[in-house]
Amino acid sequence: MGLLLWLAFGAAQAEWGVNMAPGATEVSRSVFDLHMTIFWICVVIGVVVFGAMFWSMLIHRRSTGQEPAHFHESTTVEILWTVVPLVILVLMAIPATKTLIDIYDSSESELDIQITGYQWKWQYKYLGQDVEFFSNLTTPAEQINNKAEKGEHYLLEVDEPLVVPAGTKVRFLITSADVIHSWWVPALAVKKDAIPGFVNESWTRVDEPGLYRGQCAELCGKDHGFMPIVVEVKTKADFATWLAERKQASAAEKELTSKEWSQEELMARGEKTYNTTCAACHQASGEGLPPMFPALKGSAIATGPVEEHIGIVVNGKPGTSMAAFGKQLSEVDIAAIITYERNAWGNKVGDMVTPKDILTFKQAQE
Amino acid sequence: MSAVIDTDHKGHGHAGDDHHHGPAKGLMRWVLTTNHKDIGTMYLWFSFAMFLLGGSMAMVIRAELFQPGLQIVQPEFFNQMTTMHGLIMVFGAVMPAFVGLANWMIPLMIGAPDMALPRMNNFSFWLLPAAFGLLVSTLFTAGGGPNFGWTFYAPLSTTYAPESVTFFIFAIHLMGISSIMGAINVVATILNLRAPGMTLMKMPLFVWTWLITAFLLIAVMPVLAGCVTMMLMDIHFGTSFFSAAGGGDPVLFQHVFWFFGHPEVYIMILPAFGAVSSIIPAFARKPLFGYTSMVYATASIAFLSFIVWAHHMFTVGIPLTGELFFMYATLLIAVPTGVKVFNWASTMWRGSMTFETPMLFAVAFVILFTIGGFSGLMLAIAPADFQYHDTYFVVAHFHYVLVPGAIFGIFASAYFWLPKWTGHMYDETLGKLHFWMSFIGMNMAFFPMHFVGLAGMPRRIPDYNMMFANFNMVSSIGAFMFGATQLLFLFIVIKCIRGGKPAAAKPWDGADGLEWTVPSPAPYHTFQTPPEVK
Repeated sequence: MGLLLWLAFGAAQAEWGVNMAPGATEVSRSVFDLHMTIFWICVVIGVVVFGAMFWSMLIHRRSTGQEPAHFHESTTVEILWTVVPLVILVLMAIPATKTLIDIYDSSESELDIQITGYQWKWQYKYLGQDVEFFSNLTTPAEQINNKAEKGEHYLLEVDEPLVVPAGTKVRFLITSADVIHSWWVPALAVKKDAIPGFVNESWTRVDEPGLYRGQCAELCGKDHGFMPIVVEVKTKADFATWLAERKQASAAEKELTSKEWSQEELMARGEKTYNTTCAACHQASGEGLPPMFPALKGSAIATGPVEEHIGIVVNGKPGTSMAAFGKQLSEVDIAAIITYERNAWGNKVGDMVTPKDILTFKQAQE
Repeated sequence: MSAVIDTDHKGHGHAGDDHHHGPAKGLMRWVLTTNHKDIGTMYLWFSFAMFLLGGSMAMVIRAELFQPGLQIVQPEFFNQMTTMHGLIMVFGAVMPAFVGLANWMIPLMIGAPDMALPRMNNFSFWLLPAAFGLLVSTLFTAGGGPNFGWTFYAPLSTTYAPESVTFFIFAIHLMGISSIMGAINVVATILNLRAPGMTLMKMPLFVWTWLITAFLLIAVMPVLAGCVTMMLMDIHFGTSFFSAAGGGDPVLFQHVFWFFGHPEVYIMILPAFGAVSSIIPAFARKPLFGYTSMVYATASIAFLSFIVWAHHMFTVGIPLTGELFFMYATLLIAVPTGVKVFNWASTMWRGSMTFETPMLFAVAFVILFTIGGFSGLMLAIAPADFQYHDTYFVVAHFHYVLVPGAIFGIFASAYFWLPKWTGHMYDETLGKLHFWMSFIGMNMAFFPMHFVGLAGMPRRIPDYNMMFANFNMVSSIGAFMFGATQLLFLFIVIKCIRGGKPAAAKPWDGADGLEWTVPSPAPYHTFQTPPEVK
């Protein structure tokens, strides 16, 4: 049995981590210290209580000829073991209170980032900077389905990490667009629920540049286990460069709306965006996972009047998991996705939806 | 557990009773029965069936988590398994098992002829198969069964739920009605039907803890009913209790749910405290240490359970002062819980102990429940909870209080009272084997969960990074072992019902209490003339 276990573990090429890591921020280190303090207090109490019990179990047995004693109460002892734990608890509560007050002080931040949870990805918006993007899982389906070797950061890798500057107090404003999610990066000791319709605050200040990984911590539906978080901490100078590049890129993105698009270009872009945004539910094959997630292949909407198709993508379908993508995606991406859906998997509608059509549709709605 | 059938014509304990009769014949006996022993037996069998069903769902979960990658089930079904496992274990296995023990033992312990409200007793049992039939049937519907976790947080359980959620809501209502009626019955029985001389402070602790549990049930099951009713309104009648878009708040759901949910965890453990408080003195051959403080500690725990609910919600963004209040209140629970553990340890101290199966389970209960208490203490520290919350550390914590807590408490009770129920001694060797296999399997399954949780593995995920792989494999092997072992328990119980060494009226020389004054197996009707308690 032991040998079998050993072989199994060898094959699993994994580690034996048993404890929390101290993490990368002052807060995470003080949380770690708290954790270890309470742990050792519990160990000491455990050794005393279990020690007494094991001693008793070894010595006070009938098989050793022990005669039972008859005592059954002692006010002194009972007061003592009520008061002593109370004192220990107060001693534990003091440092915990200090750390908690510190964690709740999100004032004087130098950078504000809005984090929005979606089923099943994160959106990061740099407030006042005109930069926003989605962060999707990049682990390929082949790895998840055991058809390819799993990479080192299996399920903990994304296309676009959240980038923050080192040594800067960054405030997070956390919310959700659908169900409750929870944004958690262990190394930062930040875990805050993303609640639809409400905004929660949290903050961090990371000293060292590096990559820090986390996951959604609140059950949020089918792909709850597949919406990781990656935070890339850059030096202040690198961060400034990165931010400037992102601003340029987002300006360029906006211009794409007025560009003349060909069917091929839209199909190519549509396939890519469909696979990152839509395929989790409707599947890459367009066959969906009925009845929760309907098929698009041959569906009435994807092969019917184009206005209805645009409408459902832009506004979503209330009461279902179909989100309103009008606010999530650019006009270009929506146009590309719709064009793709109407012409892929044997849906041969043949028409083409341009970014301008989407813009017109949105303006008509307003 | 049903060997009372054999005793119908013996008619002992019926002196001066002119309409004595045994149980009816055939299947209708079980449908129409108002006898507390029959109903207790049905509750126990039902809960064991649910334990095996919920357990097989746990086996699916552990099989999928045996290795990284998706092998056996898809995430949709995985979520249904975690949800149903939790619901079935909480509402189908643990709670009915304690109601079954209450039905069997409370009248015997206080010298009552039956429960105070026998017809309601029958109805509260028969609601359960209906409720669970309904709940389990949702797994076969298009769109699948409940997949939002046993805590069913809105809006995942409302706007984003599968259609079967309405069946789930109705099932919860039925379970709630059943529990409330069961609880009313327990209160009415204990307060009205005690034998002359059986003052409150002479009652066995199992009766005391059940009395307090019953009040908890009456207080919080209506809250759960309100919670699911609000869900129903949101889903079908256009209200917005839990939706910010209509002026509601998803966090309101969590406040209401946990106002039910925290007392609920004590509902699942207090009766076990009571049973263990009878078992340890019996095998230590020494009276329970600190009876009075045990009663007060139980009452304090019950009171505190109402003011700590938001410690399940430290990460939802409650204000600092709220966070501090709930942290301090939660830490306070450690005091009465500590008192109980110290009392059990002192009862053992300088006793004359033997370790038959009930005692093994009882001692393991004290030690392992205390480990669950330690992790509970760690979770109470709000800043540290930000790291533990919704990780496998929490899964390890609540399985340590529920498996070696509630479930070992139930096993200890079952072995302790099986001779009284069946009239036969169970097979001691097999009983011990069942204990050790359960003990090793359970620790192997749940201890490594502390490690992966601290290392950063969230709960309720079907797949994980390789850094969690080793301990997950250990957990799965332990879980398979624990699961398989429970079939041995089934075998032991059936063997005990069918035969074995005849049990004396009082098979445990150190045991104390009225239940040991009636013959084994307990006759169909007992204490029709109340005993005198001095």
